[in-house]
Amino acid sequence: MTRNEGIGWMLAVAGFGAMAFLPLLEDADYLMGLALNITMFTVLATSWALFSGPTHYISLATAAFYGVGATVVAMGFEVLPFPVLLGLAGLAGGVLAALVGLATLRLSGVYFVIFTLGLAELIRQLVSWVQSNIVEVGSIQVFTDNSDNWIYWELLALAALVFLVGWLIERSRLGFAMRIIGNDEVVASHSGIHSAGSKVILFVISGFFAAAVGAVMVTKIINFDPDTFYLPIISFQVVIMALLGGVHRLWGPLLGVIPFTLLWEVIENRFQQPMEMFGVEIVSAGSLKVILLGVCFMLIVYYIPRGVVGRVETLARRLAPGGGASHG
Amino acid sequence: MAENALLEVQGVSKHFGGLVAVDQISFTLRHNEVLGLIGPNGSGKTTMINLISGALRPTMGDIFMGDRLISERPARFIARLGIARTFQLVRLLPSLSVLENVMAGAVFGHKRLWGREARKYAARLLERVGMGHAIGMPLLALTYIDQKRVELARALAADPDILLLDEWLAGLNATELKLGIDLVQTLRQEGRAIIVVEHVMDAIRSLCDRCIVMNSGAMIAEGSPGQVLADPAVIHAYLGDSHA
Amino acid sequence: MDVLITGIYILITGSLLGATYSLIAMGLALQYGVARIMNLANGEMFIAGALVAFWVVTSHQLSPYVSLVFVVPGAFGINWLIYRYLLRPLVRRAKHRGQLEVDSILATFGMGFILVGVLREVFGGELFSYSYLLEPIKILNNNFALNRVIGCLVSALVCGLLYLGFYKTRAGMAMRAVAVDPAAAGLVAIDVPKISALSFALGGAVTAAGGVVISTFLTDMDPSGGVVFTLKALIVVIMGGVGDVRGAIVASFILGLTETLVATLVDPGFILAAAYFLFVLVLLFRPQGLFGRRRA
Repeated sequence: MTRNEGIGWMLAVAGFGAMAFLPLLEDADYLMGLALNITMFTVLATSWALFSGPTHYISLATAAFYGVGATVVAMGFEVLPFPVLLGLAGLAGGVLAALVGLATLRLSGVYFVIFTLGLAELIRQLVSWVQSNIVEVGSIQVFTDNSDNWIYWELLALAALVFLVGWLIERSRLGFAMRIIGNDEVVASHSGIHSAGSKVILFVISGFFAAAVGAVMVTKIINFDPDTFYLPIISFQVVIMALLGGVHRLWGPLLGVIPFTLLWEVIENRFQQPMEMFGVEIVSAGSLKVILLGVCFMLIVYYIPRGVVGRVETLARRLAPGGGASHG
Repeated sequence: MAENALLEVQGVSKHFGGLVAVDQISFTLRHNEVLGLIGPNGSGKTTMINLISGALRPTMGDIFMGDRLISERPARFIARLGIARTFQLVRLLPSLSVLENVMAGAVFGHKRLWGREARKYAARLLERVGMGHAIGMPLLALTYIDQKRVELARALAADPDILLLDEWLAGLNATELKLGIDLVQTLRQEGRAIIVVEHVMDAIRSLCDRCIVMNSGAMIAEGSPGQVLADPAVIHAYLGDSHA
Repeated sequence: MDVLITGIYILITGSLLGATYSLIAMGLALQYGVARIMNLANGEMFIAGALVAFWVVTSHQLSPYVSLVFVVPGAFGINWLIYRYLLRPLVRRAKHRGQLEVDSILATFGMGFILVGVLREVFGGELFSYSYLLEPIKILNNNFALNRVIGCLVSALVCGLLYLGFYKTRAGMAMRAVAVDPAAAGLVAIDVPKISALSFALGGAVTAAGGVVISTFLTDMDPSGGVVFTLKALIVVIMGGVGDVRGAIVASFILGLTETLVATLVDPGFILAAAYFLFVLVLLFRPQGLFGRRRA
């Protein structure tokens, strides 16, 4: 283990340890809510980046996986214990990812983006149709004995797991294969790498985690309604957070999740009522959020293509002794 | 199949729309042989290499390695069977280190090493191609010839039975050419069969046991370097009417 | 005879829808096929056109088609500016096509979201619809709404003009050349940046015009509903083969017919599923498009 890796491990253990004690604080409801959101999006954005970072494929399927995970729990919570459902949800997300991956990942990135763009909406319509025409129920109330604290710890455990899996992948043949594919797919295939297969495996891993998050979150939100779980905006938020932070480092997305979640929170709280801003009446938080998403996308493309991490690394290189002069 | 043939190409054609890039080519590559694939620019040599390595699929015809039909298979499968190649325009992996570039050939293919074993193996191969000093260097700092050596080391890292060298000697100066030719000779002595696509006549004469000459996709001559280079059809193809 | 009547109904309704889709698809075909920009704000431009038509009808009591007079040049201008100042820098800095694809996808998502936000601010977030020429017209013993028939005719007219322009004018020929190979087009003295900008702007104008047409018969549209249209346009363009105008038109009709078939015989809830089903078939069996040649 190198020195940097040692420091990374220590930081990770300390960070997760501190986060785990949060629910034990008194009167920390607001903080807990925020921490829950940040943890949830950390799992989603980090697992997204596991796949999209090395492949440069932009997946908008997060909401579909998340929704599928929630659906599995909503369908089965009366019959099966939650841990089993959590596993099944992850599995369902993985299977969905495998199917999508097998159909699209041997083709260029555009096909993949387009396919995932409407995937959440497609599954939402199918689930709604089944709900109203076959099982004939409206919304489902998912009552489990999963308490709020446990929900938070479960998400935190998923976050720890995602980092561990990411760290293991980086050191594995699969991680090495992905770096080669990211450089030159022709060389990859001539070196014996199954590039479509490698991409599918990573996509399945990211689908697994997103579905597991959905499974946990449905026990928090309780009211299962396809409209609130197959929500395309979740996919876009995740893309932005991950790219904003930077996808070429495992911990990069975290640096996008924290500022973005805080900003989102501020907009939600401050713009409940119509208010005036720069002489224009802003009707709703909804419009402002949508515009914020748009602005972030533009910001990423035009100003920080390698994310906050990229910026930090460039800065560190300049500050490092002797690094200031060279611009390589 | 032909006696002692390692690779057998049977009536292979490749069409790109209306263009016939390779036109019913048949030949065999024997164990321990260096086969020259020569011809003017645009005659279909690189396409032929691409067909063997699995980068392209033939429109018609079959390619066998031993008794196995490989022409329907993807490049990764062919690589694992033990065919490795270099590219006409060097293809290195810019965000990987020199050592990792070589490791890439040893991890997933015919040879499947990993970890320290793969690193040590790649380092030794770099030494072999005369690049031992460059292990720690950034890839972009390498000269063109050094990049070619790294690419050859990557191909060798797979420990291939068949090596396809697409103009690997092009662009070398006289000293480098001599070193390059010697290197290819030693590879043959290790028992590998090699197909070289080449324009450098010195290299062809000193390296190749046999040559195949292509023109406009078709094979126009086959034989020892001396024979084919004296063949009027070959001279005609290279130099045009006035010299025929 | 019920089967026959239903059959004819599906055929005609589907074709009417298909003709309108062909406008969106032509817009995207110009932007992606020629200008090489995968424009995911396409659906938002489409909705913007529809909203302007809605505004013309509800606040000025004019025919929605009047709005074409300023929607078309307006969208042309806006899209030209977008290409010139936002997308051209991306084209220039891209080292390879993959990078341009990722950059343009992200950038146009950004533009799409900003446009949705602005539209919501201007028009509100509710569903909007107006009625226009709802009286029936009888074709082969079936009743069809007149607005759909007119929409189809207008679409056919625009498509016809575009087709002529594409195959009979110098600019059209230059566009086709750029669609095949921008580098080679540059070698024969075609001003590739200019032709790309022109194609992108024209594509945006056609898309917005499509929005005007569809608003005359589709009810319950809302400012954030553009994504479904983007999706349909993309499916049609891929099915037709990137840069293939003829293919895009045929694919539009296939999509229109399939959707109508599914909505009539199965359940309207499966329209998107039907579109996806087509998409999967194309991806698995003809990723190069209906008429495209398999690339090596």
